Amino acid sequence: MRIELIKRPQHSALFSALSPFIAFALTLAAGGILFAILGKSPLAALYSYFIEPLTEIWSLHELAVKATPLILIAVGLSVCFQSNNWNIGAEGQFIVGAITGSIMPVLLPDFQFWFVLPLILIFGFAGGAAYGSVPAFLKVRFNTNEILSSLMLVYVAQLFLDWLVRGPWRNPEGFNFPETRQFHSFAILPEILPASGRAHWGFVFALLAALVLWFLLSRTMKGFEVKLIGQSPRAGAFAGFSDKRMIYFAFLVSGGLAGLAGISEVSGAIGQLRPVISPGYGFTAIIVAFLGRLNPLGIVAAGLVLALSYLGGEAAQISLGVSDKTARVFQGLLLFFVLACDTLIHYRIRLGTAQKPEGTA
Amino acid sequence: MGILEAVLLTIATAATPLLIAAMGELVTERSGVLNLGVEGMMIMGAVTGFAVASSTGSAWLGMAAAIIAGMAFSLLFGFLTLTLVTNQVATGLALTLLGLGFSGMLGEGFVGRPGVKLGNIDIPVLSDLPVVGKLVFGQDPIFYISILLTAGVAWFLFYSRAGLTLRSVGDSHRSAHALGIKVIRIRYLAVMFGGACSGLAGAHLSLVYVPQWVEGMTAGRGWIALALVVFASWRPWRVLAGAYLFGAVSIGQLHAQALGFGIPSQLLSSLPYLATIVVLVLISRNRRLTVMNTPASLGQPFVPDR
Repeated sequence: MRIELIKRPQHSALFSALSPFIAFALTLAAGGILFAILGKSPLAALYSYFIEPLTEIWSLHELAVKATPLILIAVGLSVCFQSNNWNIGAEGQFIVGAITGSIMPVLLPDFQFWFVLPLILIFGFAGGAAYGSVPAFLKVRFNTNEILSSLMLVYVAQLFLDWLVRGPWRNPEGFNFPETRQFHSFAILPEILPASGRAHWGFVFALLAALVLWFLLSRTMKGFEVKLIGQSPRAGAFAGFSDKRMIYFAFLVSGGLAGLAGISEVSGAIGQLRPVISPGYGFTAIIVAFLGRLNPLGIVAAGLVLALSYLGGEAAQISLGVSDKTARVFQGLLLFFVLACDTLIHYRIRLGTAQKPEGTA
Repeated sequence: MGILEAVLLTIATAATPLLIAAMGELVTERSGVLNLGVEGMMIMGAVTGFAVASSTGSAWLGMAAAIIAGMAFSLLFGFLTLTLVTNQVATGLALTLLGLGFSGMLGEGFVGRPGVKLGNIDIPVLSDLPVVGKLVFGQDPIFYISILLTAGVAWFLFYSRAGLTLRSVGDSHRSAHALGIKVIRIRYLAVMFGGACSGLAGAHLSLVYVPQWVEGMTAGRGWIALALVVFASWRPWRVLAGAYLFGAVSIGQLHAQALGFGIPSQLLSSLPYLATIVVLVLISRNRRLTVMNTPASLGQPFVPDR
């Protein structure tokens, strides 16, 4: 059988809207097969993965907690990916934002005023943006591949955090555990509805960031510039847009938002720095960005779906005894299916048997 | 065995997986396909190799299984990017993410299990030579494969007709197609070759270097291999030089950690990653050189018109 692609005269609006849903359905099907192979009932497994976490108030809060970093990071990445800048080091910018944001509560624990919280959020944003500007600078100045440089910086950031919490920033009263001191109450991002669960104001920031960037990308000249440079740098140059400034813009925005995500996670959900503060949010956010079709509003929905897969992993481990590592398999499969379904937007697919007598295909 | 010999021996062990994975990616990229999934294919090779070796007791079977696993995994990438013309960068990332997740799930039952080591092979007579004997002729089988692979790829690319065809596909898929060359088929083969190499590189980690299964044990080596290809400006013998340079950096930092010096171990551990960035900067700042050597169709999708 041969598969032939026929270019559509125009990209299909129908499949543009449908493709994330088809991809999700295919992922569920693949997941069901996977569970069947593992000897579990597919329906029960999928229920505890994708429905059970939605049935209780506290777990809806957990969903918002997990979705917060994913949405914040992915919204920034949408600017990057649309402008053809491949920042895949958001995980590192997340960590550095968490570190720079923690400077005040960790080093000046007695400095307790109401304005500490806004300051640490700004520090977090600035730290992430600064770390994101490194691959941007190297790309602009030396033509260095940003994929590789931004990724290498993830490992560097992880090791740096590890050194900080085991070394100079270790809690002096912490019985030698590799942790910093707990944040004081003025450095804690408060919960939205403290009575019912843990969801903190970071989630509101994530929604705001999505709205702002949606407006920027779809309603302003800057958004046009992002898309034009992404699709054709040459055309962008003729329009008078600077490719180099766009590289900085994309990396500063996405790095900054990743940094904000980092400090929000630490200040809102964890309350201190530890050697590991992220289960790979920076990488999962890449999946979120593509599932949301690089549209900030789509990314909000996609972020909730991926957050659900984290929660579902935990739920399925407890109720069915399947490893929570299946969650990462789901996430990986989902991205594959999203990319494959995107083909339908630009091409019609014709299936047929080989017509040539030699049987070449 | 002197201390210098011991150090050189460990450098070769650290360099081998980088060399093999980078050599596979070099062939893939020479055909015009950028597969960023090296890390994912490598870790699939590592987990499959370990699982098969520890279940059957045969490290050789493990090695074969790792190659097959890497190749199968690369086919997934090939199907998406070549048949469905998806974005190669995004698909490569997807392959890496899926590989890291899938290997964690597959390997869960194998954490902490004793490994099966692929034994060293002493080549008679030659391995008794002073100094170089053990170093070059008393190594593990994958080491020999890595050297033969380098020589083989160098010959294939620049001295064989098929290699010329492969390079033409990578430099101008339109012209190659017009000449009647099956662009997509050649790219599939190149992607599968890259997958097989990555799988083998993973097997080296879990059957020779560590002989254990540890989740995420590739630790960015697949990405360093990708950087090596750029560093080597797509030339096989330069990949060999680069791989040994990186092997030296990573072993050097391990020895420095053992000796102490009062430098934080985390800083030393980050050296290979920082070195990768420095090397990339040094190479890519020379734009003319980069443009001259990069396969011209690298990363460009191709849909044959019929």
